[in-house]
Amino acid sequence: MSNNLKVLINGLVKENPIFVLLLGMCPTLATTSSALNGMSMGLATMFVLVCSNIVISLIKNLIPDKVRIPAFIVVIATFVTLVQMMMNAYVPALADSLGIFIPLIVVNCIVLGRAEAFASKNGVFSSFFDGVGIGLGFTGALTLLGAIRELLGTGKIFSMTIFPENFGALLFVLAPGAFIALGYMIAIFNKLQKKTN
Amino acid sequence: MEIIGIIIVAILVNNVVFSQFLGICPFLGVSKKLDTAIGMSAAVTFVLTLATLVSFLIQKGILEPFGLEYLQTITFILVIASLVQMVEIIIKKISPPLYQALGVFLPLITTNCVILGVAILVIQKDYNLLESIIYAISTAIGYAMALIIFSSIREQLTLTKIPKAMQGVPIALITAGILAMAFMGFSGIDQVFK
Repeated sequence: MSNNLKVLINGLVKENPIFVLLLGMCPTLATTSSALNGMSMGLATMFVLVCSNIVISLIKNLIPDKVRIPAFIVVIATFVTLVQMMMNAYVPALADSLGIFIPLIVVNCIVLGRAEAFASKNGVFSSFFDGVGIGLGFTGALTLLGAIRELLGTGKIFSMTIFPENFGALLFVLAPGAFIALGYMIAIFNKLQKKTN
Repeated sequence: MEIIGIIIVAILVNNVVFSQFLGICPFLGVSKKLDTAIGMSAAVTFVLTLATLVSFLIQKGILEPFGLEYLQTITFILVIASLVQMVEIIIKKISPPLYQALGVFLPLITTNCVILGVAILVIQKDYNLLESIIYAISTAIGYAMALIIFSSIREQLTLTKIPKAMQGVPIALITAGILAMAFMGFSGIDQVFK
């Protein structure tokens, strides 16, 4: 159990997909215009990641080595389609605002990366915890970035007003703000990590 | 006139990197040197045009007549992955110099979300075949332009003294942010062509 915990924490901090591995930059930048959008994108990716990790670790012995990547992609694409249909059915407004980035979870390097680097070599339980850890790290980073951009841009977090809207710099909700906010966040993460080491 | 509008919007107003956030991973990964940036741009242009054409034909010819639209994501990604493999094999056989130039970038392209993104976008925007191809080529030109401008700046950045925590990706992202601001200046230009 302690080993599984280690796998989980590893994904949250040491191998944080956004701040350390720098994977999955496109959805990170595109869907974090608000904290809610960032969090939903993170959760959708986490669902795909956990499910595909479980399935791939179950069928890893059945897949010939040569065709493993296409096989992984089919598994991942199946779960992405599931997420896409569920979101269209139950939360159509959210599905609209995330738009094309839901089907694009398929090409998110994090999901295929974990399938190849972890799930294809480990058992079901540790693959599950790896999916949860990396997924939480991704969701946390997206929510944080979304919250910062929403706060700086509109003075709100999760649509709760922190300061009046006319003090906000709208730039942070728009495209350039995404790059700049993420750049500073990675720099701060680098600095903090060096200090703890 | 409408075609010109599509071209201008895809290259400048809705630039694929700076306003649509597609293909950021390779954008950050291969933009350290100008040569690799040019190689990647050429490979993307080639594959993007081909992949959009093929996926468009599959959507209109197979998925829609049989009511299989929900298989779009799975079909497109498999088609793109196999297309990239095929292109790699063909280029290797018929033109070794071209393979030397593009070869290393081709496997990277499968996970480049520009390709799948544009293939899905042209279906969502309800373009016809000609418009789709033009949109794909213009997007690729926009991508190439962003990549080449960005890599030229990054080559200069290596000569600059930057605080340690900011080196590498953080400063690259902030540079991209400033470039994105510059590209925002083009917004509204498309109204002229409507």
